[in-house]
Amino acid sequence: MTLAPETLAPRPTDLKVQLRLTDDWFTACDLGALLPGRGVAALLPDGGQVALFRGRDGELYAIDNRDPFTGAAVLSRGLTGTHRGRPFVASPLLKQRFDLTTGECLDDEAVRVTAYEVKAA
Amino acid sequence: MTTDTPTIVLVGHGMVGQRFLEALAERGLTDTHRVVVLCEEPRPAYDRVRLTSYFSGETPEDLSLTDLAFLDEQGIELHVGDPAVAVDRDARKVTARSGLVVGYDVLVLATGSYPFVPPVPGKDAEGCFVYRTIEDLLAIEEYATSRATTGAVVGGGLLGLEAAGALKGLGLTSHIVEFAPRLMPVQVDEGGGAALLRTIEGMGLSVHTGVGTQEIVTGEDGAVTGMKLSDGSELATDLVVFSAGVRPRDQLARDCGLAVGERGGITVDEQCRTPTDPRVFAIGECALAADGRVYGLVAPGYEQAETAAATIAAQEASFTGADLSTKLKLLGVDVASFGDAHGTAEDCLDVVYSDSRAGLYKKLVVGRDGTLLGGILVGDAEAYGTLRAFTGSVPPVSPESLVLPAGAGAPARLGPSALPDDAVICSCHNVTKGAVRGAVTEHSCTTVPEVKKCTRAGTGCGSCVKVLGQLVTAELEAGGVEVDKGLCGCFAQTREELYEIVLALRITSYRDLLDRHGREGARGGEGCEVCKPTVGSIIASLAPSIGASGYVLDGEQAALQDTNDHFLANLQKNGSYSVVPRIPGGEIAPEKLIVIGEIARDFGLYTKITGGQRIDMFGARVEQLPVIWARLVDAGFESGHAYGKSLRTVKSCVGQTWCRYGVQDSVRMAIDLELRYRGLRSPHKLKSAVSGCARECAEAQSKDFGVIATAGGWNLYVGGNGGATPRHADLLAQDLSDAELVRLIDRFLMFYIRTADRLERTSTWLERVPGGLDHVRDVVVHDSLGICDELESLMSAHVSHYRDEWAETLDDPGKLARFVSFVNAPDTPDPVVGFVPERDQVKPDLPLLDIGLRRPTEDGRRDDLRDDSRDDLLEGSTRR
Ligand code: SRM
Ligand SMILES: Cc1cc2nc3c(=O)[nH]c(=O)nc-3n(C[C@H](O)[C@H](O)[C@H](O)COP(=O)(O)OP(=O)(O)OC[C@H]3O[C@@H](n4cnc5c(N)ncnc54)[C@H](O)[C@@H]3O)c2cc1C
Ligand code: SF4
Ligand code: FES
Repeated sequence: MTLAPETLAPRPTDLKVQLRLTDDWFTACDLGALLPGRGVAALLPDGGQVALFRGRDGELYAIDNRDPFTGAAVLSRGLTGTHRGRPFVASPLLKQRFDLTTGECLDDEAVRVTAYEVKAA
Repeated sequence: MTTDTPTIVLVGHGMVGQRFLEALAERGLTDTHRVVVLCEEPRPAYDRVRLTSYFSGETPEDLSLTDLAFLDEQGIELHVGDPAVAVDRDARKVTARSGLVVGYDVLVLATGSYPFVPPVPGKDAEGCFVYRTIEDLLAIEEYATSRATTGAVVGGGLLGLEAAGALKGLGLTSHIVEFAPRLMPVQVDEGGGAALLRTIEGMGLSVHTGVGTQEIVTGEDGAVTGMKLSDGSELATDLVVFSAGVRPRDQLARDCGLAVGERGGITVDEQCRTPTDPRVFAIGECALAADGRVYGLVAPGYEQAETAAATIAAQEASFTGADLSTKLKLLGVDVASFGDAHGTAEDCLDVVYSDSRAGLYKKLVVGRDGTLLGGILVGDAEAYGTLRAFTGSVPPVSPESLVLPAGAGAPARLGPSALPDDAVICSCHNVTKGAVRGAVTEHSCTTVPEVKKCTRAGTGCGSCVKVLGQLVTAELEAGGVEVDKGLCGCFAQTREELYEIVLALRITSYRDLLDRHGREGARGGEGCEVCKPTVGSIIASLAPSIGASGYVLDGEQAALQDTNDHFLANLQKNGSYSVVPRIPGGEIAPEKLIVIGEIARDFGLYTKITGGQRIDMFGARVEQLPVIWARLVDAGFESGHAYGKSLRTVKSCVGQTWCRYGVQDSVRMAIDLELRYRGLRSPHKLKSAVSGCARECAEAQSKDFGVIATAGGWNLYVGGNGGATPRHADLLAQDLSDAELVRLIDRFLMFYIRTADRLERTSTWLERVPGGLDHVRDVVVHDSLGICDELESLMSAHVSHYRDEWAETLDDPGKLARFVSFVNAPDTPDPVVGFVPERDQVKPDLPLLDIGLRRPTEDGRRDDLRDDSRDDLLEGSTRR
């Protein structure tokens, strides 16, 4: 089986990616802006940054964009993958992996980044 | 030194002498004895067998066999440059040239041989040389580079051919004059000689067989101008190297009344002891062994060294004769002979395969009952290790199948696993298959280097290393050591296997590959950060041939790229990027330099000349990349692929155009090569350099593929590496024309891309692949696998489909939209990326970190700035 080409490209859609900040849903971007397997960064109202990802079957994830090991805001630019069923992103700087659903660092359990609730609406 | 410590005096510190010292130490004799060594040459023992490699860049130090620390630890007294001149056997004293007198209890002579120079008139003229020591080589080199354009070697034996190759390497027009009707008369028969002749003439050497040298002709200044040959002709030459055989150096022994053979050689018994005087031993090339032979090879000498040391230690040992098997690489041609190569046994039969067009000749000598007695291999000695080990037994498959070339209907190859345990795998060190297996099973060695260390196998001439590798793998597998060779948790295949799958099935999608060929649990998943870029790179290298897009940011491919490739720039520690335009060969016109300067100034970038002969601009924010590149592309620059596992730079020296020493246009060649291979995705980065002469200002020998100009063309070196584990490149081929050079590099690179592991530089790859350099040379030079056409066409597909990635990206608004810090605020720069001034430029202003090991210290300084704490930092940290 070869995948139909259109499943590779984000389909045009009106859906928006939203994430939960304390009590409100914040609209970050169009769903179409997310390429499966890659992330983007969005600026939050408080000046913080979030990294948004889309899995190959459409699942959405959102974690803090700041790489706690280097301080650089780069997690959105890492490569994603699955490790024992857990979706993760590997920091592009020193390659530590972070669980996309919990924000936990898979290589150092003492480290964790914020994970956000996220949906397409 | 107390007088009651018995003294062993060794005369001669050559290869065998050194081995004798090691054998003494192994037996504890250096603890109980005083050991004194008299060494005639100005340097301690070195590897004479590899002498010629001096001309391919090995230094005398590289050739050394002597570990001075070893001598020191063992308390061995070495007197360099001080030969023994007399032995007084009654007083048991040796006198050296310096006047030093040493008393001995045991005297061991290991004086080797001297080159035989036929007594022709003019043989001592200026410009006449022999080929035995490093000093000989230095003298030849000096004369050849300053006063000669043509050289002739007297003698077409093993050493003669090596010498001729060396002269050719020095840029001389070279002749070989051999009295016998064929080359290498001792080792090969007529058929082998014919195959060899063809190949050697094909390399541009002139061979004159069946003629003797009658006189060396000299000019008015007394220097050689030519030689008269026995057929009445005269050969013009500026330099003559005599290589007409060797004679044992037995003068010292004769002078003190020891028995010598009729045709020379110090007579010894099976314990290597002289029958005349039980206190005196002789070993190596100076000894006439108990079987009546003087051995001119190093392996029998080593055995004699062991025998003598064992005898001195009062252990049982004897040397009754040795195999004359040899495998050599002469001028890049494999030549091997083993066992009864000339078929002297009664009733024996020959099995011959010969293809003189391809320079191949293989002959096996087989007894009536099928016993393999010996053989000769010319042009392809691949099977030597196995065949030699089978000599004396009936091989399990028919002899014909052992000499047919691969692919010519040859049945399954005979692996070393079929060998009996007592088969000798390494003849240099007399290591049996059983011992190699023992190293794996009992001493838990798991790699060839470990087995080498443990058994010494493979540390001599190196011809057995391939078989060694096969044995180690077979043994590990037999032991149930299941080494998961899979690429990562998602794929059980190696990178090489994935490459073959992608090529054969023309798979252009990573997901497709994962879902069909991934490990059970990984199918349908996201993959991981290891296999994604690896597969991305394979698809990119093969793109035009499998019908994938050659543009790495197209479709799904974009999601596979490491962040650097994804943004076509190098991520820096604070989240900014660096920009490196290609500057082919390091040549740049002032106008372009000015453009770079202006761009860097306008965007406030930090600029630095890189170690790769180009300019790096640091500190660009992601959203600045397209604007910067628009200006660069406009000015004619292309991506430098500093971010990719792909061709980086081809450095050059200024070469013939300007430099007084240059012999070729190295800058032009560097530019040509850089433009040819730019954009080629590979398992790891590729670096190259071209030097205009042997002074090597471009450091080509530290590159994945390095090119050095010669008077006759280009020498190609491969497998060099700088970085963490530097490796000198190996010479792959000599005196290539432009077209030959390019063709060979095409094949080499494509073969590497096809078979290397992920993140494996050519240096480690060359060390890892079974058969190493020889195998790679067989494949890419001699096309032993018949894949060169395919390799070349893959490369030409790459070359013709190359497009600059940055130009392509700038043309695609959809792709450009990704170059923003924030998807919801495309115009806002990332506030984390900050800079502070330093030395008139900028540097990253790093945010304070508060996790892991990097806790702030009491005085508020960050821990990571303290040098002594750096080791505790996270592994792989790039912090400087
Ligand atoms: C910029 C430069 C240093 C400089 O300021 O001069 C540089 C910078 C980096 N080098 Fe290098 N290397 C640079 C020349 C070299 C050289 C010299 C050369 O090419 O002649 C070497 C030794 C030669 C060699 O590779 O054999 C070199 C050996 C390495 C290595 C060790 C490779 C190895 O096989 O051991 C690494 C690490 C790696 O690749 O795994 C490395 C990795 C890197 C990385 C990619 C480290 C990283 O991941 O951040 C640096 C990123 C560059 C950037 O952001 O632009 N760099 N690096 C040089 C860029 C050359 C260019 O124009 O492209
Ligand atoms: C170019 C070349 C290529 C070769 N290739 C191969 C090959 O591929 N395979 C192979 O098996 N063999 C090869 N050989 C042969 C191999 O090098 C010799 O068999 C080996 O070196 C013999 O060791 P040795 O110690 O007996 O003699 P040597 O290594 O010659 O050492 C003898 C030493 O004794 C010194 N000496 C002599 N007289 C005195 C004295 N009175 N006092 C003090 N010192 C003295 C000499 O200066 C010399 O340094 C090659 C030889 C050459 C020259
Ligand atoms: S390598 Fe030779 S040609 Fe090139 S600059 Fe150096 S000396 Fe000159
Ligand atoms: S046979 Fe020479 S090293 Fe093994």
